[in-house]
Amino acid sequence: MLINNFLLLGAVLFCIGVYGVIARKNAVLVLMSIELILNSVNINLLAFDQLWGNVDGNTFALYIIAVAAGEVGVGLAMVLLIYRNRKTISLDELSEMKG
Amino acid sequence: MFAADEGSAVVQSAGWFLEHAWLIPVIPAIAFALIILIGKRMPMKGSEIGIVSMAASLVLAVGTTYQWIQRVGDAVGSQEGSALTRGVTGFARTLGEGGGEHAAVAPVIKSWTWWQSGGVEFGVGQHIDGLAVMMLLLVTFISLLVQIYSLEYVRGDRRYTHFFAAITLFSAGMLTMVLAENMVQLILGWEIMGVTSFLLIGHWWEERANSEAALKAFWTVRVGDVGLLVGTAIVFGSSGTFSIAGINEWAVGGEASKTVLLWASVALFIACIGKSGQFPLHTWLPDAMAGPTPVSSLLHSSTMVVAGVFLVARLYPLFHTGLDINLAGQHFNLIAVIGGITILIAAALAFVQADIKKVLAYSTVSQLGYMMMGLGVGAWVPVVFHIFTHAFFKCCLFLCAGSVAHTGSHHSFDMKNDMGGLRKRMPITFWTWMISTAALCGVPFFSGFFSKDEIIDAAKHNHYTTFFVVGLVGAFMTTAYMTRATYLTFFGKARGAAAGEHAHTDLHGEHDEAFDAHDAHGDVHGAHGEAGPDHHAKPAFGIAGESPMLLVAPLMILAFLALVAGYLNAAPFHIEKFHEWVGSAVGVEVPEAATFEWVNAIPSIVLVALGFVVSLWLSKEVFGEADSKLKGLTRRHRALGAGHTFLVKKYYLDDLYDGIVHAVGYPIAKAAYWFNQQVIDRIVDDVGVGGKRTGEWVYRNIDQRVVDGAVNGSGIAANSAGEALRPLQSGKVNQYGALLFGAAAVFALVLVIVNT
Amino acid sequence: MMLAATDIQIAQNIGFGIIAAVMIVAALKVVTSRNVVHAALALVVVMAGAAAQYLLLAAEFVAVAQVLVYVGAVMVLFLFGIMLTRAKLGKDTDLNNKNWGLGIPVALLMLGVMVWVLVDGFEDTKLAEPRPPVSTAAISDSIFTVYLLPFWALSFVLLAAVIGAIVLARKD
Repeated sequence: MLINNFLLLGAVLFCIGVYGVIARKNAVLVLMSIELILNSVNINLLAFDQLWGNVDGNTFALYIIAVAAGEVGVGLAMVLLIYRNRKTISLDELSEMKG
Repeated sequence: MFAADEGSAVVQSAGWFLEHAWLIPVIPAIAFALIILIGKRMPMKGSEIGIVSMAASLVLAVGTTYQWIQRVGDAVGSQEGSALTRGVTGFARTLGEGGGEHAAVAPVIKSWTWWQSGGVEFGVGQHIDGLAVMMLLLVTFISLLVQIYSLEYVRGDRRYTHFFAAITLFSAGMLTMVLAENMVQLILGWEIMGVTSFLLIGHWWEERANSEAALKAFWTVRVGDVGLLVGTAIVFGSSGTFSIAGINEWAVGGEASKTVLLWASVALFIACIGKSGQFPLHTWLPDAMAGPTPVSSLLHSSTMVVAGVFLVARLYPLFHTGLDINLAGQHFNLIAVIGGITILIAAALAFVQADIKKVLAYSTVSQLGYMMMGLGVGAWVPVVFHIFTHAFFKCCLFLCAGSVAHTGSHHSFDMKNDMGGLRKRMPITFWTWMISTAALCGVPFFSGFFSKDEIIDAAKHNHYTTFFVVGLVGAFMTTAYMTRATYLTFFGKARGAAAGEHAHTDLHGEHDEAFDAHDAHGDVHGAHGEAGPDHHAKPAFGIAGESPMLLVAPLMILAFLALVAGYLNAAPFHIEKFHEWVGSAVGVEVPEAATFEWVNAIPSIVLVALGFVVSLWLSKEVFGEADSKLKGLTRRHRALGAGHTFLVKKYYLDDLYDGIVHAVGYPIAKAAYWFNQQVIDRIVDDVGVGGKRTGEWVYRNIDQRVVDGAVNGSGIAANSAGEALRPLQSGKVNQYGALLFGAAAVFALVLVIVNT
Repeated sequence: MMLAATDIQIAQNIGFGIIAAVMIVAALKVVTSRNVVHAALALVVVMAGAAAQYLLLAAEFVAVAQVLVYVGAVMVLFLFGIMLTRAKLGKDTDLNNKNWGLGIPVALLMLGVMVWVLVDGFEDTKLAEPRPPVSTAAISDSIFTVYLLPFWALSFVLLAAVIGAIVLARKD
């Protein structure tokens, strides 16, 4: 198999995740888009692992999974707190800047 | 070349007084400053500072004289190879070889550089030789006497302190000039004298006539001063030096071109004409009598007016060579001619004066003419001696006139209306007057005889026969007008103020000396018959009617000197001390004086006697009480009347000068005024208006539009940029994310492009 | 059944292709869906697909970890989050923000750059056949020797995350 298959797949997922971050209003959806990005990165790492024949990529991918989990936990906790205080998690309404 | 450093040419150092003679003018200069600063607060209102300073200068001058006489004695003693004679110009040395007593004595010259400009050094210093020593002694002595006299005479004056300040400054100026080492310093002293003369003549400037007289004196002398500057410039341009010693050496050195010497002499002589009241610039001197009498006696008779004569005597080598004086076959030269004319016209004018000071003023002009004529015929030593003796008797005469006015004629100087018969009432004044008059006329054995007659004698001996005749005629006229004046003042019946009535308003409106004195004790003037004029000081020696001691003491001293000073150089008695002491300062070879023969003096003695007799008879006829055919002669006889008027109008010279000034000066003044108002003022106004308009335009366009526009624009730009960039900070996370990823994409692109 | 070596290749490619297509469609659904829960479920599909890809890349341990952690925990967490924030269930037309149009050019730009680089750089690079499996022992060796420090840092991060989440979300 061409490695480009996996790499291109990762690239496409990454860009879709970027679009999601920019376009979505719900904070949870934005977090989900970030998960997309992280997953694409994982695919990339593992692909290269196979190319070069070592396990650094696998290790790193595991770490990313762990960090992502922790990040989602904290992120959602913040979202809940914001929801409690502001009664909304629409990012449009969460800006206090005047312009 | 005379060494200009401290006595380096003279191995034997001169005495302390000779080395420090430069202190003599410095002391009165400092006194002047002191009087101005603190005089008014002092107990005697500043006059004590003046008197002390003059006394100090006199002491220094006496010391200088004494040491100079010693120096001459040493030079005579050791003639050849003497350090004192070394460095003296060749002609003066041949003088020394000629006759044992006329040793050449090196002057004591010191100079300090005052400032430098363009490679030329201007210095001040002293040039002490016999002439300078004599003048120093004379000026300090006369100044001191006049200041003592002024203590009483000017008492109570409205500007007492300033009077003494000005008189002290005058002395400082004259002393600076007299010992000047170079022309620049001489001009400095000359000008200081001119300024103080102006200040003092116009001392009572509140009366228009006085201030006009002061201006006339100043402008007339100024006209002459042009010659001084031009002459100095010519001399400097040719010789390259300002120093007196250097100029004298250059003049006889033989390298100077004859034309240059001639023109320099003429130019410098023009200055002397102005300052010493020679024809045609003599018109200021009689008007200068508007000043207080001490001023007239000090400045305008004995010291300032002889500054011109001094200048000629000082630079005699220049004049002698430039004008070919004493050249074989010469019978006329500029100096002698001017001097001779002056003698005659001034003496003639003295006959028609009613004001006693004016008589003396014209007499001064006439005697100055004698001095100039003497220098013109080469009689250097007699002229310098005449300066010496003339100062004493002329000063005494003026002070006598002041004494008469002060006590006898109630502040009036009008001889015809307010004087007469004063010889009984004021004996001391009378006798001092008589002694001085005798000296002036050249009566034998008085001082004037030994000086004036030497001049006349030299004129004949040096082949200037015309001037010999002129001198004799002058002697006749001198005696005549002095007899007239004496008769009017001291003899006959007392008239007007002398008789106790109030003084008539004086003829020429000039003498308001008593302005203040009158105001001060106006109430007491009502009754003169009261016992003792208690507003004046006590009369001298208790003689009622005589002037106070402070006035009379200087008179007595001066009269004494008028009697005996002549014996310093009495040719008949073979005393030639003056010649010995001063003669080395000539600087150029002049003909030896003829040995004195009584037979040569006969013509002048005869003329003096004749003048006395004729004038006395005429005076008695015209002014006496007895009826006489001669009374009113000038009114009846048309020709005589015209001549009289001609004299009274001073040969219409004043009108001529006024006319010239009016014809030439007024149009120029009017044109200048028009130019000033129309052209200059218009330019100034236009510049102002233009400036204002430019300012307004600049304000409107540049300040408001450009500058403010720029400032406002920058603000707007900042604002707009801020506004434009504000959406970046929206607070929207999505947007931040967009920016972040967008920037990352761009940078990645750049990185890729750069690395391929 | 024994397939030929090349068959495995073809089979791999087809398998990859199908899974990739599903993943991409699901990802698109995540970012464009109008239903929050649909988006979350699409994300589950993406992650499952990712796990499948990992298997294709012989990273079995990571694939299992992915399923366990991501699909099992993280997605549940997301669903809880959706529930607790009272997300509007059912169709919600209001899920894109004002400037969603900005995302397209940015994403396309990024895509362009990355595609260009990848195509240019890895044109014909082939992965080894058969793919050597990655042993768990090797991974654990790597974790506990070479990358020990990141492991410890990671444990701190997780600890902080746990405490932080509790602190943040507790009701006072």
